[in-house]
Amino acid sequence: MAVVTALPHDAEPIAHAPMSYWRAVGWRLARDPATLVAGAVLVCIVLAALLAPWLAPYDPSAGSIRLRLAPVGAPGHVLGTDEQGRDMLSRLLWGGRMTLVAGLTPVLVALALGTVLGVLAGYVGGLTNTLVMRTMDVFYAFPAVLLAIAISGALGPGLPNTLLSLSIVFVPRVVRVAESATVQVKGLEYIAAARASGSGVLPIMRHHLLANVLGPILVFASTQVSLCIILAAGLSFLGLGVTPPAAEWGLMLNTLRQSIYVNAIVPALPGVAIFVTSMAFNLLSDGLRDAMEIRA
Amino acid sequence: MSADNAMESRNNRDPRVSADAPLLEARGLRKHFPLRGGVLQRTYAWVRAVDDVSFDVYPAETLGIVGESGCGKSTLARLILRLIEADAGTVRFDGQDVRGAAPPQMKRLRRDMQLVFQDPYASLNPRLTIEDAVAFSLLVHGTRAAEARERARALLGRVGLDPRLYGRRYAHELSGGQRQRVNIARALVLDPKLLVLDEPVSALDKSVQAQVLNLLADLKAERALTYVFISHDLNVIEYVSGRVMVMYLGEVVETGTADALAQAPKHPYTQALFASAPSMDPDRRMDRPPIAGDPPNPIDPPSGCRFRTRCAFAMEQCAQAPPALRPVGPGHEAACYLFS
Repeated sequence: MAVVTALPHDAEPIAHAPMSYWRAVGWRLARDPATLVAGAVLVCIVLAALLAPWLAPYDPSAGSIRLRLAPVGAPGHVLGTDEQGRDMLSRLLWGGRMTLVAGLTPVLVALALGTVLGVLAGYVGGLTNTLVMRTMDVFYAFPAVLLAIAISGALGPGLPNTLLSLSIVFVPRVVRVAESATVQVKGLEYIAAARASGSGVLPIMRHHLLANVLGPILVFASTQVSLCIILAAGLSFLGLGVTPPAAEWGLMLNTLRQSIYVNAIVPALPGVAIFVTSMAFNLLSDGLRDAMEIRA
Repeated sequence: MSADNAMESRNNRDPRVSADAPLLEARGLRKHFPLRGGVLQRTYAWVRAVDDVSFDVYPAETLGIVGESGCGKSTLARLILRLIEADAGTVRFDGQDVRGAAPPQMKRLRRDMQLVFQDPYASLNPRLTIEDAVAFSLLVHGTRAAEARERARALLGRVGLDPRLYGRRYAHELSGGQRQRVNIARALVLDPKLLVLDEPVSALDKSVQAQVLNLLADLKAERALTYVFISHDLNVIEYVSGRVMVMYLGEVVETGTADALAQAPKHPYTQALFASAPSMDPDRRMDRPPIAGDPPNPIDPPSGCRFRTRCAFAMEQCAQAPPALRPVGPGHEAACYLFS
């Protein structure tokens, strides 16, 4: 038989141009309005936080006794002032840095550490799996908030300790997702085919396993960012996180809550900021999940 | 067509009189899977997937392995290729011990024996283009990337997928038949001597089945391949195989040439299998099923002959000890007390 003179009838040419997987994901993301809006909001928030030193009209920790609790729209202070007369806009901008660092770092740490541990446990199986997964179960037994409070309480307040305690909260979650995805993919026939071709463990992991496991892990991690932001804010609200006088949304919420009867809007602003940011992360991860679903 | 001629000459050949040494020798292969449960994950039972299976595969023949689902066919395929470790027995390929091979030796052996999988969906990595999927095996064995891609594309063309149209596509963009062609290309890219085909056409439509079977026959003739063809479909097995091995609950019950088995099946199970295969001849159709019920659970198979619970000829003796394979004709063996 000559080399494909006529195509067999189960081989009809496919009309559209081929697209790599990640380009296809990008293409679908770009066509999802909710995700685009969420992405745009996030870009604004991140830029505002990054550019806080230039954008902020005042020093975030310089107060004025005379100008306490100025309402929104007060002359010179667009978003009013807090209970010590510090400019709210400047504090929100600077606070965004803290909140984003506290929300993203633990998730990134968990993503790196959790993927390694989870894929290892899932692929090796046996005793390694039992050891890793049961250890993670110990952490999983506590509710996230309680665990974060307990560890932060033990370590003491401060940003580094907050990051550490939140990382400990999120690592087991990522490990669990990574492990179950790995076990599922490991049983598929294309892994067996790669083994039958004589491939070692590392090429199989790199070309066959990780590419198929990273998607679900990434989507899961992105859903955890909003939770992490809320937990970080919660810890500083309770006095276990960032310490005054640094600006951080959760901490601002705490110190302003006594003033809520004097002026209801200014104390709500950090809460609104937390809400908008975590909502944007949630919408983005939803869109990401939809876009990454492979049509089989 | 060349396929038909090749098929006929093989059907009339009795490999036992051939002077060739077997390409693959399996002796006493056994695999029991533990069933674990409870807090301590203790083993409470064993699934006897493959029990004391021995056979030879001669160069350039097609050995068909047939049996109901759950009879251990796929496990046997994976044991031959050492994708799972056997509990006991030996596999020799081209005179080399497969089970005892050290990793570098095993890697070399794997070039010569490849597997085509049943499920055209689970057997292709969704994140690789099909030319990358085919080229991967070459990269594993140290071929340079550009050359590996070139060879993968050439082979895709040979199995009927124009590389210019399909090379950069992903598996989900292909039909079941096309995916199976990719699987065949992937298995052949290392130039193996032996191809184990685990239900390669069971998931495909009838019309596509015929195309893939013809492709396999052409490739076999072109590349002097040896096939171990596993299927539950007796029509397919009869069509492709020179010799057939019938399995029941992890054991071999009968082996012989495809013609001998089709014309004079000896073991009651083989007889029932052939009687239940749909026939084009109205005189061969029957109104009652020749065999009743499902196979017993392989966790706790019947004593003695494992088929006796469904066998019309079961005797007292059958419950005592399992019957051994005995010659019942030239190159034809059956494990049944009716022939002792």
